[in-house]
Amino acid sequence: MTIADIALFPPRASTTASQVDMLFLFLLTVCGAVTLLVAVLLVYFAIRYRRRSGEVGNPPKTDASDALEWFWTLTPLLFFAGMFIWGAKVYFGAYRPPDDAATIYVVGKQWMWKFQHPEGQREIDSLHVPLGRPIRLLMTSEDVIHSLFIPDFRIHMDLLPGRYTSVWFKPTRVGMYRLFCSQYCGTNHAGMTGVVVVMEPADYQKWLHESAEGSMALQGRKVFLKYRCISCHSGDAGGRAPTLGGLFGNIVVLNDGRTVKADEYYIRESIVYPSAKIVAGYENIMPTYQGQVSEEEIFQLIAYLQSLKPGETPSRVESFPPPTTTPPINTKDR
Amino acid sequence: MNEQTPAQPMALLNEPATNYLDASYSVVSWLFTTDHKRIAILYLIPVTLMFFIGGLAISLDRLNLMTPDGMLVDADTYNKLFTIHGVIMVFFFLVPVIPTVLGNFFLPLMIGAKDLAFPRINLLSWYLYMIGAAWTSAAVLAGGVDTGWTFYTPYSSMSSHYNVVLTMMGVVIAGFSSLLTGLNFIVTVHWLRAPGMNWFRLPIFVWTMYATSFIFLLAVPVLAMSLILVILERILQIGIFDPALGGDPLLFQHLFWFYSHPAVYIMILPGMGVVSEVIPCFARKQLYGYKFVAFSSFGIACLGFFVWAHHMFVAGISLYAALIFSSLSFMVAVPSAIKVFNWTATLYKSSITFEAPMLFALGFVALFTFGGMAGLFLATLGVDMHVHDTYFVIAHFHFIMVGGMVLGYMAGLHYWWPKMTGRLYSDWWSRITAMVIFIGFFLTFLPQFVLGYNGMPRRYHMYAPEFQVWNVMSTAGASILGVGYVLPLVYLLGSLRYGKPAGRNPWHATGLEWQTPSPPPTENFEESPVVVRAPYQYHLEKAQNEP
Repeated sequence: MTIADIALFPPRASTTASQVDMLFLFLLTVCGAVTLLVAVLLVYFAIRYRRRSGEVGNPPKTDASDALEWFWTLTPLLFFAGMFIWGAKVYFGAYRPPDDAATIYVVGKQWMWKFQHPEGQREIDSLHVPLGRPIRLLMTSEDVIHSLFIPDFRIHMDLLPGRYTSVWFKPTRVGMYRLFCSQYCGTNHAGMTGVVVVMEPADYQKWLHESAEGSMALQGRKVFLKYRCISCHSGDAGGRAPTLGGLFGNIVVLNDGRTVKADEYYIRESIVYPSAKIVAGYENIMPTYQGQVSEEEIFQLIAYLQSLKPGETPSRVESFPPPTTTPPINTKDR
Repeated sequence: MNEQTPAQPMALLNEPATNYLDASYSVVSWLFTTDHKRIAILYLIPVTLMFFIGGLAISLDRLNLMTPDGMLVDADTYNKLFTIHGVIMVFFFLVPVIPTVLGNFFLPLMIGAKDLAFPRINLLSWYLYMIGAAWTSAAVLAGGVDTGWTFYTPYSSMSSHYNVVLTMMGVVIAGFSSLLTGLNFIVTVHWLRAPGMNWFRLPIFVWTMYATSFIFLLAVPVLAMSLILVILERILQIGIFDPALGGDPLLFQHLFWFYSHPAVYIMILPGMGVVSEVIPCFARKQLYGYKFVAFSSFGIACLGFFVWAHHMFVAGISLYAALIFSSLSFMVAVPSAIKVFNWTATLYKSSITFEAPMLFALGFVALFTFGGMAGLFLATLGVDMHVHDTYFVIAHFHFIMVGGMVLGYMAGLHYWWPKMTGRLYSDWWSRITAMVIFIGFFLTFLPQFVLGYNGMPRRYHMYAPEFQVWNVMSTAGASILGVGYVLPLVYLLGSLRYGKPAGRNPWHATGLEWQTPSPPPTENFEESPVVVRAPYQYHLEKAQNEP
């Protein structure tokens, strides 16, 4: 290792990174100047006004100036206002994804990262993304709180159990970047790391199709059938439960007159806490699927619903083949 | 003022024979004392012990970080060590140390009172502290705890396999000790001031103790409540914080930081109070802007209650809530800035000597300013979202808590040691120690800012190889810092046997505590003092070289 290898700043590999660094340098300049001023004054006063041998008596008092007091009370506020506004702008930018952002689904658990791409690729502790495309991460945790931290992108967001959080980035450099869990999560917290691989879009397309087991929507369709959601949420408009075709992204009217947008948060809530929001015209009859359906399966269901156009709900038939052999009969229970 | 001539042996012979130390030598007389000065000494011993235990724990972790794969301990041990460090340093050292040791001893003396308002409650506080400390130590001995001092749920409530409940019980008990101390201080300041000691003649140290006491009263119950809720969830599986049981994972963070952010000001305000005493004394100059410094303590105490969610900018709170908490966090920096400017202005046209208390106080101002500036980076949303939970944060709060608070405590301890013990310590060694601690501190924590911005998360027992250089620098600095902490143990204890008698007022300071003999008699003053003027009027006092 040489001196040149010792980095003061991490690489900048996302659009957010340069914004954060500019803001950081602004703060460094202002705060550095004030710190230097205080330090210089302290040292200067300490030398200039040191007690000399032979000095007799105490110095006369200096009357405090109220004008000076108010000056150094109010001036910092001006600088603070600047830091606050600039900081808020960068922060809002990092958590409000552009409309064309692609969503990748993230589940954290002790002590690994699980990523699902809408196209169906799933990976653990590594995240492949294409260069130049805004990526939104929709995240949750299976157990305790974790935090996704990619220093070279300057982004950071906690993963909460039972809730969705999101953050987005747009990679600007091809390469491999470290990914950390930064919220202490137990024994192997320091091992909950991964790597973000930023690829040329063409390479990314190739990678996507290397070993996918069908898109997330297709997997979601299997989940939909596995939990027999179909038996109530049939394509039949007069059925026991609302039809789900074309639902995603639309406004839903609830039975208490409120309206809600059918986004990921709403869909998750409706699966885990079905009685929280009841669609107008329907009864509160759905059981909770909390503890039965995994977080990854909920993500797949969301992807499925996103793909579901009006009238596309599958017909109410068993799509799994019947068992090829008759299960053994338990004579004891008879 | 009835100024005595301190350096002359004749004056020493005139001191009364029984001071508070000589009143009785039996163990019972100590364990059942209601003398605030004796209780202060009773606190000094365990608080010092706790500091060294907490320091030893983190030294092992710091050593472990010499190599990227963690050369010394395994992951669980590492996690337990930093938890011990955090819990002990925060709840059993930083929060209580200045109020219970220096506050207990000097608050009554500085306002001209014979004791605190409730001497027996004061003793009760000490017992609560001892029980809490023993309880938490038992948890450590019984296998430790690995949640970090922040006890975040649902990790602490549902996931951790170690002694979470036991540790928290100790913290809650110690919390009530602080609460009672706060109550005692508030009543004392209201009712027991000497004749003539009106509010604007109070030394700043008393103002900061008073403000700190209010934080104790308002915040400690919230801490106790939130820890008890965790205990309930852990034992009875009541769903409060864990979403799997129907709880809210962020609720704990709101409750915890509602206490623990104000607690940061509990830790720093007393340090500011000490420095406001020491700087005027060794600059022979009235404190600049007394009222601004006094009121800024209250500004800090009040605003400090409304900034808690700045610990949660990336925790999944609403973006608009983050805006409010960011702006309030900038506001709370203003009163701190006022204090720094006033301390600096006090030095203008003064006459400075550099004894150990002054060196520590100047170190405090420098490191507090540096750490405070880093705080502005963290209040800025766009920077915090990068450096949150990294070593940048660690470096920031150690600049405030260690660079600020510990140096403030050292300044106070060195300033008042002659009054407490009646002895002078080694001038040369104490000055050297101040320098060693200052330099060791900078070398330990400056590299951590770089580590943090480069993305090293906190609480990692192993790390990516590119972080090694800075970690090695930090560990090297910590070894110097460690030496600096051990030295006072040697020369302060040595002073008890070999130190020269201090006399009443070795620093020629103003303030009532310096008018009574050292060590003070049990009833504090030979005759009740009457106060006739504002504090720090050094231009009216005799100088050190005047007979």
